[in-house]
Amino acid sequence: MERTGYIVLFTLAMTVLVALTLSFLFYGTKDQVAINEDVFNKRAVLSAINSHLDTKVDDLNDEEVLGIFDKQIEQVVLDMDGDVLDGVKAEKVDMAKEKKKPEADRQLPLYVYNADGGNKFYILSVRGNGLWDEIWGNIALEQDLSTVVGASFDHKGETPGLGAEIKDNPAFARQFKGTKIFDDNGNYTSINVRKGGAKDRTHEVDGISGATVTADGVGEMLYRGIKYYQPYFNKIKSPSKIRG
Amino acid sequence: MAEVKTATTTAVKEPLFGKKERKLITDPLYDNNPITIQVLGICSALAVTSLVWPSLVISVAVVFVCGFASLFTSLLRNRIPKSIRMIVQLVIIATLVTVVELTLKYLSYPVYKQLSVYIGLIITNCIVMGRLEAFAMANRPWRSFLDGIGNGLGYGAILLLVALFRELFGKGSLFAGSPLGEWKIIGPNADYTINTLAESGIGTWFSWYSNNNLMVLPAAAMFLIGIFIWIQRSWTPKLVDVS
Repeated sequence: MERTGYIVLFTLAMTVLVALTLSFLFYGTKDQVAINEDVFNKRAVLSAINSHLDTKVDDLNDEEVLGIFDKQIEQVVLDMDGDVLDGVKAEKVDMAKEKKKPEADRQLPLYVYNADGGNKFYILSVRGNGLWDEIWGNIALEQDLSTVVGASFDHKGETPGLGAEIKDNPAFARQFKGTKIFDDNGNYTSINVRKGGAKDRTHEVDGISGATVTADGVGEMLYRGIKYYQPYFNKIKSPSKIRG
Repeated sequence: MAEVKTATTTAVKEPLFGKKERKLITDPLYDNNPITIQVLGICSALAVTSLVWPSLVISVAVVFVCGFASLFTSLLRNRIPKSIRMIVQLVIIATLVTVVELTLKYLSYPVYKQLSVYIGLIITNCIVMGRLEAFAMANRPWRSFLDGIGNGLGYGAILLLVALFRELFGKGSLFAGSPLGEWKIIGPNADYTINTLAESGIGTWFSWYSNNNLMVLPAAAMFLIGIFIWIQRSWTPKLVDVS
């Protein structure tokens, strides 16, 4: 048996060495990792308007992604009453933290994409629960604030091949293009994810077989998440629409 | 003290790739496969194998971690206090896994995002620690390194084999999510090589086919590994335990 002194010394030396190596590596890579993370999140936002981009998100390099954000995207943060909060950027809002707050205190990130033709697209962020853990997504609306241009989803721990299809299978997100969150009478309907196949393509999309809970989670997340933005949208919609 | 015992054996010149060294690499691939023979590392083999691409990344990471953990453990083997050797091994493994994680974050953030949970799981992979205890603590650095690499490869081979079956029959594709692009093989639209809804051609023969959702679940990996063990032991009867 070794003497206790040697064991303590060995442990100490090992700990110091490992701690130094790892912190050195961590600090060496920190800046690049922060950029990587930023670009990753911005790509997710952009993929909601993929169909309106000249180059598809997957073909853009990192600088181009940041360039679009600098030049064409307005970042707005809203409170739950629909008022714009000054001096905050949407990318600074951590949706995971907002979800833990009481509903009335939450902040909502909104990205407004100014397309080349003068059109505006509104990209909303939503977050909800899947089967195993949280799911989230971005959904883009046209200027009428009802027609969906596109959506992108991600998740923390859904089953690969089942619930994870909301992210892995592009066909799922593609279905949202062209759906509407309001019916003809102006009632809020959101977009329902229907098990067994959508019946009404303007307000519904197909669920994923074998992943009913995740799909229901997406539907619920959209219903609740898009509704949060309505106070703001009501304010920016032209006042003439208000019936006397 | 431990270092007094440091091997004073005369340095018999060991060849870099002698018969013994080659055996260290090839043995774990078949005769002494860590998954099918030693039945180690099953937990991660069930969890990560639903797609080929993540399995490949994990395999490469395990080869790296297993090889270098063996090397470092072997270099330190005469100095590691026996009473805390497990902790020391664990620290070595955890350090290497953190290095893998940081490297992935730096080089390919999307892959890191996709695999983050699984990468951490390498720390608990019984194969790595098993090799350190059984081999690296008692052998020279070069041989330990080869043993680590060999066992990592043996593990990776089974992982890829399982993932190949699970992705092909569960999703009809291969390499989904990889930078190579998804390779769509069999499924119900024209993107696939075999289009099961096609009006003519080879696709019509497969109109009865639909993806097997069981393959997507971890349970499928258990059945597949069981079948591999069965096949391997019927081919090579000397591997059957007579007990």
